Amino acid sequence: MRKKLMKKARAGTLESGDVLVTIEPGDSLDIQLTSPVINQFGEAIRRSVHEVIDSFGVTSGTITLEDQGALECTIRARLMTAIRRSLEGEEGVSQ
Amino acid sequence: MRRSYLFLPGNQPTMLQNGAVLPADVLIFDLEDSVAPTEKDAARELVASALRSVDYGERVLAVRINDLEKPYVKKDLETVVTAGAHSVMVPKVTGARTIQHVAVMLDLIEEEYDIEKGRTKIIALIETALGIEHAFDAATSSQRVEALALGGEDLCADLGCPRTKEGTEILYSRSRLLIAARAAGIEAVDTPFTDARDEDGCYADTVFARSLGFDGKLSISPHHLRPIHRAFMPSQETVAFALEVIEAMEMAKRERRGAVSLRGKMIDLPVVRQAAKTLELARASGMTLPEKEGTPS
Repeated sequence: MRKKLMKKARAGTLESGDVLVTIEPGDSLDIQLTSPVINQFGEAIRRSVHEVIDSFGVTSGTITLEDQGALECTIRARLMTAIRRSLEGEEGVSQ
Repeated sequence: MRRSYLFLPGNQPTMLQNGAVLPADVLIFDLEDSVAPTEKDAARELVASALRSVDYGERVLAVRINDLEKPYVKKDLETVVTAGAHSVMVPKVTGARTIQHVAVMLDLIEEEYDIEKGRTKIIALIETALGIEHAFDAATSSQRVEALALGGEDLCADLGCPRTKEGTEILYSRSRLLIAARAAGIEAVDTPFTDARDEDGCYADTVFARSLGFDGKLSISPHHLRPIHRAFMPSQETVAFALEVIEAMEMAKRERRGAVSLRGKMIDLPVVRQAAKTLELARASGMTLPEKEGTPS
């Protein structure tokens, strides 16, 4: 089922080993990634991002990931939190 | 063997990652005190993701959920149980009702997600005067309860006394909790030592807790793991005696004798159990043991 991002939301931090994910509603899908390991793992990170957003049925919006060397499980968790916050307005930092 | 129970802040990815290489026997992923109210959802997701993905080896994986007065408990339980947590640590346990409430939620979650019934165990964190008074009731209120743990900081706040390094103010509570756990046939876990930089103090505190009978100790710092394990390492003499006990027991079995004696004294089951536990501690401490000793049946 397709879902529409409702509002701007963030999850994560800029601390080492973490990733700050920012999500904004939009008409098309745009994924922006910065990472110290983008040459080695950029494609793998993008694949994980697509898997997560597909699992939520999200097809549009701007998703910015400022990676600080996070493990894949951290990237997935932060992205899921940001999406839930955007979709549902759960507790947490959302604006 | 559960000597050390290390808390890991649930919303710090590097700490969750480090848990895979730290020598703790039990890792406690914390969703309660170390997580800000605005980040409860993020920590829950992060802990679940780590439980699913990171290889923590043989370590027991527990999660401290939020207390029952907060609105997060159902989501906490559902998320971490389905992610594979072995145990949940329930904070601020005041008696049987707190445990039964969590146990019922676990029953429902395990049934809904087709998880073996009773798989998820409970560590009851006792940190109030009321909790101490009702510790035995809590320990026996569900088959899921595998340990009582003491939270000395909150307990002292509740008692209205200062918390000291010597710990005289919690001696009675330690003893009460230990007796409740033993009477219920479950493990007793001591309160953390709170000065992260004082490894000698942590060692002395753990030696004392062990002398009371505690099986393990909570820890808020990776620096405390080494002193805790050192405190639980049995002496060479104790290990030698334990080996003799087990050997005497094995010989009696081979010779089909009912009564077992060693050095002219009868050996009964509690002594054999104690010997087996000593050998288990020795192995966990990295001591080399002869291969032929067995374990009592």
